[in-house]
Amino acid sequence: MSSNNDSEKDKQAQSGFSRRSWLGGVGTGAVGVGVLAPEADAQAAPKVMSGEVEISLDINGKKRSVKVEPRTTLLDALRNRMDMTGAKRVCDRGTCGACTVSVNGKIVYGCTMLAVDAVGKNIQTIEGLAPEGQLHPVSAAFVNNDAQQCGYCTPGFVMAAKGFLDKHPNPTYEQVEKGLAGNICRCGTYVGVRKAVLEAAKNYKGGSNA
Amino acid sequence: MQSFEYANPATLKEAFAALGSSWEDAAVLAGGTDLLSIMKDYVQSPKRVVNIKGIKELGGISRKGGSMRIGATTTLDELTSNAAIRSSYPGLVQAAMGVTSPQLRNMGTVAGDLCQRPRCWYFRRGFGLLAKGPNGEALVPTGENKFHAIFSNGPAYFVSASTLGPALVALGASVTIASASGNRSVSVEKFFVAPTGDGQREIDLKPNEIVTEILIPVPATKNATYEVRQRELVDWPLSAASVALRMNGNTVTSASIALGHVAPTIWRATQAEKMLVGKTITAETADAAGEAAVANATPLSGNKYKVQLTKVAVKRALLAAAGIKA
Repeated sequence: MSSNNDSEKDKQAQSGFSRRSWLGGVGTGAVGVGVLAPEADAQAAPKVMSGEVEISLDINGKKRSVKVEPRTTLLDALRNRMDMTGAKRVCDRGTCGACTVSVNGKIVYGCTMLAVDAVGKNIQTIEGLAPEGQLHPVSAAFVNNDAQQCGYCTPGFVMAAKGFLDKHPNPTYEQVEKGLAGNICRCGTYVGVRKAVLEAAKNYKGGSNA
Repeated sequence: MQSFEYANPATLKEAFAALGSSWEDAAVLAGGTDLLSIMKDYVQSPKRVVNIKGIKELGGISRKGGSMRIGATTTLDELTSNAAIRSSYPGLVQAAMGVTSPQLRNMGTVAGDLCQRPRCWYFRRGFGLLAKGPNGEALVPTGENKFHAIFSNGPAYFVSASTLGPALVALGASVTIASASGNRSVSVEKFFVAPTGDGQREIDLKPNEIVTEILIPVPATKNATYEVRQRELVDWPLSAASVALRMNGNTVTSASIALGHVAPTIWRATQAEKMLVGKTITAETADAAGEAAVANATPLSGNKYKVQLTKVAVKRALLAAAGIKA
């Protein structure tokens, strides 16, 4: 029971923690070398990753090699290291859904998963949803139903909608309403989004990586 | 967030070797839905993060003796999709569905739900669990306290953030906690602790320990959870009540009523529990139980409304458990 809240508080007072530092996010930090705690059983100890490491991620069916730190989120690896800017960084706290991607067929918040934790998993992003120049049925339904205004939440909503339809191919309006509760649109396009998902349900019948 | 080392153990033994003796040494990562956020806010900056999702024995839902075993890293989605859980513990499924975001249910784990840190905005801004100002004064009683506790006379005023806690307490569940020196078992009710001094945590867990499973007695109870919340989207409830009733026909032989988001721990409404024994659940008895549940509430300057919400949550949870439409 040694969490020292006072010292944590002091550290923050010194670092001038503010809303601005939320936006700072991941920097290009120093490279360190991991040393296991001396009391650890050397034989049982797992390998420790630290500093910048090269990992391989399986994104939209292609293996991509990328250098990240353990603290780099999947979202920041996609956006800042691989120029895949479809998933958006908005709250960066797993509450708004703009960063939604699919991992092993389940929708998750890219901002709330470490890139190193995504190694060996099948990652799907909005970029891989349809071949170049074509629209996925869910994206097409968003266009048909004016399901966006500024459009910033749209990639996350489309990924969440596809994830929802993979689980509920014939949804009711109420299921759509509850099933998209992980995404926020501050323009308030929810009515259009729900109509789009109901329309998409007619044209798209589930399946992963469709 | 601060830089850290990352360990990805395949066994509990490896995980124990990677953990440290203080919270600053290492943090356990499962779903990460709370840990990553709190690290980004620099409220916690562990030197090492130990991902336990690769440890196979920590997953899965199965019968274990007279209990249902839920592995620590079972996600809320796996929990709510499980047929045995759905049929025996609707109150637990209702609680888990209170995490309204499908993304969070896909990521978040049952043990992670119990171990998540409080949402108190003073704590999340670095003022500590007891939320003290520069001269050691308590900030909550005279500050912004509309989401704080209505059952606490200090020094802790935050509310437990756990969504599954009330249901698990009402169902009489326990957690198994493992460390290099062996296993121990503690009831979910006792797992939550109201800190009384600086440096204490809100749960009964040491930095070198890992929650490995949750055991729920296989029940003959009628159970339900009712949450009162501000919005459907990602948020924590304002108040929640979980109830588990043992019945003889229509007569209650024993009742467990656990309240969430109203105290630093999961709060047992013992007076309401006692008054229901021998009674039939009706709108009137459920209402009276709601009154009894909040009789000893000590709300703060800005959260008297939570007393009424809690009363209603108890009433509606009881009616739902008894299968009566409100």
